[in-house]
Amino acid sequence: MSDNKYWQSFGELNNSEAYQQASKDEFREELPFEADTKGFLQAITPRRDFLKYLGFSTAAAAVAASCEVPVRKAIPFTNKPEDIIPGVSDYYATTYVQDGDAVSVLAKVRDGRPIKIEGNNLSPVTSGGTSARVQASVLDLYDTARLRFPSINGKEATFDAIDKAITEELAALKKPVVFLTSTITSPSTKAIIGEVMAKYPGTKQVVYDAISYSGILLANKASYGKATIPSYRFDNAKIIVSLNADFLGTWLSPIEFAKQYAKGKKINEKKPEMTKHFHFESVASLTGSNADERYLHRPSEAGSVALGLFNGLNGQSVSISDATLKKQVEKVAKELLAHKGEALVVSGSNDVNVQIIVNAINELLQSNGKTIDWATTYNTRQGIDGDFATLVNDMNAGNIGALLIYGANPAYSWFNSKKFIDGLKKVETTVSFNPKADETTQLCKYSIPDHHYLESWGDTEAKTGYFSFLQPTIAPLFKTRQWQDSLLKWSGSTQDYLTYFKSYWSAKVGGENGWNKALQDGVVNPTATTTIATTAFNSTVVASAISAISSSKKGGKLELQLYEKVAIGAGQQASNPWLQELPDPVTRATWDNYVIVSPSLAKTLLNIDLSNDGQADAYEVQPAKKVVKVTVNGKSVSLPALIIPGTHPDTIGIALGYGCTDKMGKAVIGTGKNVFPFVDGSSTTVNYFVTDVTAELTDDLYKVALTQTHGSYDTKQGKRTEVMKELALVQFKEEPNEIRDDREKELKPFGGLENFEKEGTIYPYYDKPGIHWGMSVDLNTCTGCAACVVACHAENNVPVVGKPEVMRFHDMHWLRIDRYYSGDVSNPKVVFQPMMCQHCDNAPCENVCPVAATNHSSEGLNQMTYNRCIGTRYCANNCPYKVRRFNWADYTGADSFPDNQIGIVNDVVMDMNDDLTRMVLNPDVTVRSRGVIEKCSFCVQRLQEGKLKAKKESRPLEDSDIKTACQQACPTDAIVFGNVNSKHSAISITRAENPLRTFYSLEQLHVLPNVNYLAKVRNLDTEEKDEWLKGDKKEEKKIEAVEKSS
Amino acid sequence: MILIRSIIRPFLLGSIIFFIFSFGNKVKAQDGKALFSQNCASCHAIDKKLTGPALKGVEDRWGGDRKKLHAWIHNSQAYLKTGDSYAVNLFNENNKIPMNAFPSLSDKDIDAILDYVKDWKPATTPAAATAGSGAPVQEGDNTLLFGILTLILAVIAFILLQVNSNLRKLSDSKEGVVSAEPIPFWKNRTYIAFVVIVLFLVGGYYTTKSAIGLGRNKDYQPIQPIYYSHKVHAGVNQINCLYCHGGAQDSKQASIPSLNVCMNCHAAINEYKGEKIYNEEGEEVNGTDQIKKLYEYAGFIPGKPWDPAKAKPIEWVKIHNLPDHVYFNHSQHIKAGKVQCQTCHGEITKMDEVKQFADLSMGWCINCHRTTQVQFKENGFYSIYEKYHEDLKNRKIDSAKGITVETIGGTECQKCHY
Repeated sequence: MSDNKYWQSFGELNNSEAYQQASKDEFREELPFEADTKGFLQAITPRRDFLKYLGFSTAAAAVAASCEVPVRKAIPFTNKPEDIIPGVSDYYATTYVQDGDAVSVLAKVRDGRPIKIEGNNLSPVTSGGTSARVQASVLDLYDTARLRFPSINGKEATFDAIDKAITEELAALKKPVVFLTSTITSPSTKAIIGEVMAKYPGTKQVVYDAISYSGILLANKASYGKATIPSYRFDNAKIIVSLNADFLGTWLSPIEFAKQYAKGKKINEKKPEMTKHFHFESVASLTGSNADERYLHRPSEAGSVALGLFNGLNGQSVSISDATLKKQVEKVAKELLAHKGEALVVSGSNDVNVQIIVNAINELLQSNGKTIDWATTYNTRQGIDGDFATLVNDMNAGNIGALLIYGANPAYSWFNSKKFIDGLKKVETTVSFNPKADETTQLCKYSIPDHHYLESWGDTEAKTGYFSFLQPTIAPLFKTRQWQDSLLKWSGSTQDYLTYFKSYWSAKVGGENGWNKALQDGVVNPTATTTIATTAFNSTVVASAISAISSSKKGGKLELQLYEKVAIGAGQQASNPWLQELPDPVTRATWDNYVIVSPSLAKTLLNIDLSNDGQADAYEVQPAKKVVKVTVNGKSVSLPALIIPGTHPDTIGIALGYGCTDKMGKAVIGTGKNVFPFVDGSSTTVNYFVTDVTAELTDDLYKVALTQTHGSYDTKQGKRTEVMKELALVQFKEEPNEIRDDREKELKPFGGLENFEKEGTIYPYYDKPGIHWGMSVDLNTCTGCAACVVACHAENNVPVVGKPEVMRFHDMHWLRIDRYYSGDVSNPKVVFQPMMCQHCDNAPCENVCPVAATNHSSEGLNQMTYNRCIGTRYCANNCPYKVRRFNWADYTGADSFPDNQIGIVNDVVMDMNDDLTRMVLNPDVTVRSRGVIEKCSFCVQRLQEGKLKAKKESRPLEDSDIKTACQQACPTDAIVFGNVNSKHSAISITRAENPLRTFYSLEQLHVLPNVNYLAKVRNLDTEEKDEWLKGDKKEEKKIEAVEKSS
Repeated sequence: MILIRSIIRPFLLGSIIFFIFSFGNKVKAQDGKALFSQNCASCHAIDKKLTGPALKGVEDRWGGDRKKLHAWIHNSQAYLKTGDSYAVNLFNENNKIPMNAFPSLSDKDIDAILDYVKDWKPATTPAAATAGSGAPVQEGDNTLLFGILTLILAVIAFILLQVNSNLRKLSDSKEGVVSAEPIPFWKNRTYIAFVVIVLFLVGGYYTTKSAIGLGRNKDYQPIQPIYYSHKVHAGVNQINCLYCHGGAQDSKQASIPSLNVCMNCHAAINEYKGEKIYNEEGEEVNGTDQIKKLYEYAGFIPGKPWDPAKAKPIEWVKIHNLPDHVYFNHSQHIKAGKVQCQTCHGEITKMDEVKQFADLSMGWCINCHRTTQVQFKENGFYSIYEKYHEDLKNRKIDSAKGITVETIGGTECQKCHY
C-alpha cells in the first residue's frame, strides 16, 4: 500500500516542472501587485497616494454605510395559520419528478419558500438518498427563464382564452390527437389522459424518453413477455458485472442502486468480505471509476463482450479478436460461474440483442428471482423508439391533428430533430406544457407552462406498488397551471386536479385520514414485504440475438461513445448553475462538454505526449485546450479535447445534454454543444455510439474550466501522496493492521498514535468538555456522485462564480471531491475523496490570521467570522488541504455598491443575484461579501439548531438532532457526523469499529483534523493487486529518475 | 434529643413546604384580575354583555354554588349534559354559542376570578393626568461642571503664563538684557502645538466614539401606524408577553402578532376606558380611536362577525434591527436560557410606545454572556459537561459565578456569526 503513487493530474504523475511550481503557491494567478523596480516613490501607487486612498475610502465607507439607517418594516400575517411559526422551517414530503424519474423528498420550507431538498427516509426505494440533480432542483423553481404566462403564438393569453381556443380546435379536428409525453408514472394522470382519450376518440399516447431505454424494454418483452424493467438487487449480489451501465451515476435508478451497492461495499473489519464489481466500458464513467476491475473495449464490441460472457458461461470458447479483452471476459465468466445465484449482470446498451443476451446470461447465473426481482418493476422508462419514429412519420404525412406535448423536447434530443420539426409544422394544433421555452415549445402554437414540482399536486409510481406523492410547498410563482388541470378542463370535467387527485386516492388509502397520512409521509408502500419473484424466460429469442450480434457492424478506426454526465444527464436541468458549476466527478471539468480522449490517442491525435514534461505541462497548465473537429455522417462538431485516463485508446467520448437553446436560461449560453444529432438511429432502437467517426485536430484553442488541479498542494511537510490510503482486499486480509502500523511507525518519534496529540507539539493541550464534533468519511462507500457538493451549495449559500472565474481558480465549493488515480496510466484505479475543511484542532490557518477572524471553538470547530475578516488570505495560504475559499469578487451582491459587480462577474452570477433566484438563499447563513474568506463550517447553523432542540427538550444531544447537509444528501451513508465525546454517538461507534482503516489526511503535520477517513479497500485478488502495484512501480521509477536528474 | 430532632426535621420540612404552597396559592389568588384578562376578557366583560353575558353578580345567578360554576367553566358542554336548567337556559339565551372549556384552570384559579368579579367596582374617571410633572431630576452628572472648571483653570493658567512672560520681559528690560521682539501668543509655536494636540485628542475621542455608535440605535422610538401602548396591555392589563409574541419561545423571531391575535380580544374590547395616555409630545392619545384604527386594518365592523380575508396587514416599523451577519434566536434565550424579556427590552410594561432599550452592540451581548449563568443543573442538555459538574461539586468553580454562558463557549464567534 505504502508503495502506491497517487496522482490527480499528469503533472503530478510526472512531477513536472510546472507542477512543482504550481503546487508551491496557494494562488495560481499572478497577484495584483505591480512589480516595483523603480523604487518606492516612483511606484504607481506611492506611499502618499496610498494614504490618501486609505483615508478617503475609510471615510467614504463609513459615510456610505452608516449615514442613513434604513427604516425597516415588520409586517405580520393578517390571519396566521396555526401551524406556521415565522422563522421556523417546516418540512413537507413531496416528490422530485423529472421525466420518468421520481424521488421521494422532503422540501424544507422557510417562511413560505422552499429552500432545500432532503431525502425522504420513509421511501424504501431511495431510503433518504438524493442525487446532485435532486438537490439542485430547488433552484429550478426560482429559475428566471421559466415561462411566466400562457401564450398563443408567443403572445400572452388568459387561461380562459386558451381553453376556449383549444377546445374549439380539438372539437373541430378530423385527425387524431396525440399525447407526446416523457414517461409518466402518475396513476391519476394516466386516468385523466384516459378520460381525454375517451372524449376525443382516436387519441393515443406516445412516450418519448430523451435517453432511450427501448433496448432493454423490447428485450424483456422478447425474453419475458413484459416490456418493463425488473428491480435489480445489487445488495444481494456478490459479483456485479456492468456492461457499460453507469448504474451509480445515470443509469435507471442511481440513488437506489448506490444504496444497494454500498451495502455490499461496507466492510466489517473483523470479517472483511465485500462484493466484487467488474466493469466493461469505453469511456471513463463514475461507475467504472468505482469498479474493482475496469476493462476497456470499443463501443462496437459491446455485443461481443456480452456474447463472450454468455459463451464463457456456457463453457464455449470466447471469440473476441482483442486478446487482452478476451482474457478479461474469460476471467469474468469464470468468476461469475463460481457465484451462481449471487451474481448480477447489467448492461447499459440500448441494443435489443445485447440486452437479450444479458437476460440469457442472468438466466444462466440463476439471477432471476435472486438479484433480479420481477415482482416489482420500474415504470420510469417506457418510451419505445419505434413508436416515436412512427409518430414522426405520421406527422410528416400530415396525419396528426393535434399534438399535446408534456415533458418531451424531441426538437432538441431526437437524433433527427429536423424531421421532427418539419413534421410539427404540419400538425394543426400544437400545445406544449413544458415549463420553459425549449426548442419544441418555441415551435408550438399554444404554450401552457406546467407548475414546477414544488408547486404541484400529484402522485408517482416509480416502481410498482411504491407510490410517492407531490404536494405544493409554495403558491405558484407565475401564471402557470398544472397540465392535469388543463386536461380535465378540456375533457369537459368540472373538477380541478386537486379534487380529482384527492378523490382518486381517498378511496384507495382509507378516506380522509389515510389521505392526510399519505400526504404527510409522502409515500404509500406495499403493505406486505414483497418477496423477490422470478418470471418465465423465453430462450427461443437468444439464438437470433446471437446471430444478429455476430453479424453486427465492425468498428472503424475511431469510435464515438455518447454518454450522460452525472450532473447534466440529458440536459433537462442544464440551465441550473449549481449543476453546471459542479465539477464532473470523472473529468473534474465544469460548464462545458468536450471530447474525451485517452492518453495514447492524445499522442497521435493531439500531438501531446504525456510522458514528455513540456507537452504535458503545456496541456495541463493553461485552461485553453486543443479543439478537435468530430465528424459523423457529414455532421460535425468542434469541441475541446480533454485527456482522461481510463478511456479506450480507439474511442472518444462526448457528453449529451449540452448546447440547448439560449432561452433555457443564462447558464446554458456558451456552454457546450449539442451532440444528440450524432446518435445512431439506423436500427430499431437508437444507439448512443457511433462505430466510425473522424476526428481531426484544428488550430483553435478553447478554454475549459477544469478544477482538477486547483487543490494540489505539495510542501516538504506534506506530500500529496500521503493524503490517500488504500488497500487491496487480499492485503487487508493478510495484514489487517498495515495502515495502523504505518501510522504508528510514522508517529513513533512524537509519542505514537496514543500520545501524538499531546507530545507532538509545543502548544498547550486543551480540554474538550461537552461536545466535540467529528466527521468520518468512508472511502469504500463514497461513489463520488457529488450529491453532497450540491447540497452544500444549497445549504450554505455558496455562490456560483461562473466559468471565467472557475478558470481563474476562483471556484467557491466548500466541499470538493478529489479524484485520485493510481496504477497504469491507460487504465488507472480511481479513488474519490470528499475534501472539506478538516476543522483541525491545531489548525495552521488560525495562528496566521492577523485579526483572529478564524479561531477555534471549544466544540472543535474551526470558526470563520466573515465580518472580522480583512482578506489577507494568509489562512488559505497556510491550509494544507486547500479548502479555504476567497471571495475575489462580489459574487452575491452583498456589497453596498452595485458597481462592484457590473462588468466583473458574468451573466450567470448576475442571474443568481436576481430577486427571484435569491429566494433560494438560506436565511440562517450569512451571504458573504467581497474580500472575505469562507469555508466549510460543519453546517454550524444545523449544529446550533440541533443543540437548541435538545436544550428545549432538556435532554442530551442525540445523533438524530444533527445531520450536516452533505451527510443528509449522501445516498450511500458514507458520511457520519456527531459528537465524539459521546460514546454512543454514531461517529464514536464508527471510529471504534473501524480502527484499522481509520486514517487522517496529512496526519503527520500534527494539525489534528476532526475529519477522519476510512481507507478504501479494493476487492482485488493477489494477481490483480500485483498488476495494480506494478503500474505504480513503473511510475515511481520514472519519478526517481526525474528527481535524480534535477 | 435525637428522637426529637428526627421528628422536628420532617416537621420543619413539612411546614416549610406547606408555607411555600400556601404562599404560592395566595400569590395566585391575587392574580384574579390577570387570570380574568387572560382567559375571560375576550368574551366577557363585568358590566356589559359581549359575546358572553356580563359577569357581574354571576355567583348570585348561579345560586352561589361555586362547585357548579367550577364544572361549568372547566367544560360547559359536558355540564350542559347534566341538564341543569339554568345552564340550559343560559346556553339558549346566548345563541347557543358554546363557552370555551378551560380544563387548565384549577378550582382555585376560578375562585380567584370569581373573587375578582365580586369585588370589582366600576372605575371612576381617572384623575387628571400627572404627566409632565416636573423636570427630570439631574442625576449628578458632573461632566459639565468639570469641563467648566477645567476651562476656567486653563484660562487662569494662560493669564498667569502671560503675566509671567510680561513680568520677565519687564525685569529683563530693567536689567538691560535685550530680549527678542515679543511674539503674540497666537503665533507662539508652543501654544499652537499644545492647542493642536488637545484638539486632536478631544476631537479624536469624540469622532471615534461617535463612529462606533454609527448604526446603533439605542432609544430608537419610531412613530407606529397605530399608537399601541405596551403599558396598557402588558402593564395595566398584565397580558403575558408570549400571548402576542408567541414566536419568542419557538422561533428565532419573537414575531409581531398577526391581526387575528389582536382581534381575539378586540372583537370584544372596542373602547378604551383606562387611564389617559399621553404620547411623547405630551398630547393625549384617544385609545378608542386607536382601536378603531385597528378595526380599519382588520376590516372589522363591530357587531358583525369578523372576516379575516378582508384584513390588510399593518406595516409596523421594526425597532430592533440586527446586522445581517448576526444570528439571534429568541427561543434560545427565552426557552433554554429562561431570560426575562425585560432583560433586553427594558421595562416594557411601563412603556407606551416601545423604544429600543439596549444598544444591541456586540459588547452588550458579550457582557451579558460573561455574567449570565446557564440552566446548568436544571437542563438535561448540560449533563454532558461532566467535568464542569465535577468541578462544581469539588468547588473548583466558584459557585457564585457558576457556569456562565461563556464557560460553555457562549462568547465564541460562531455562536452568533455564521
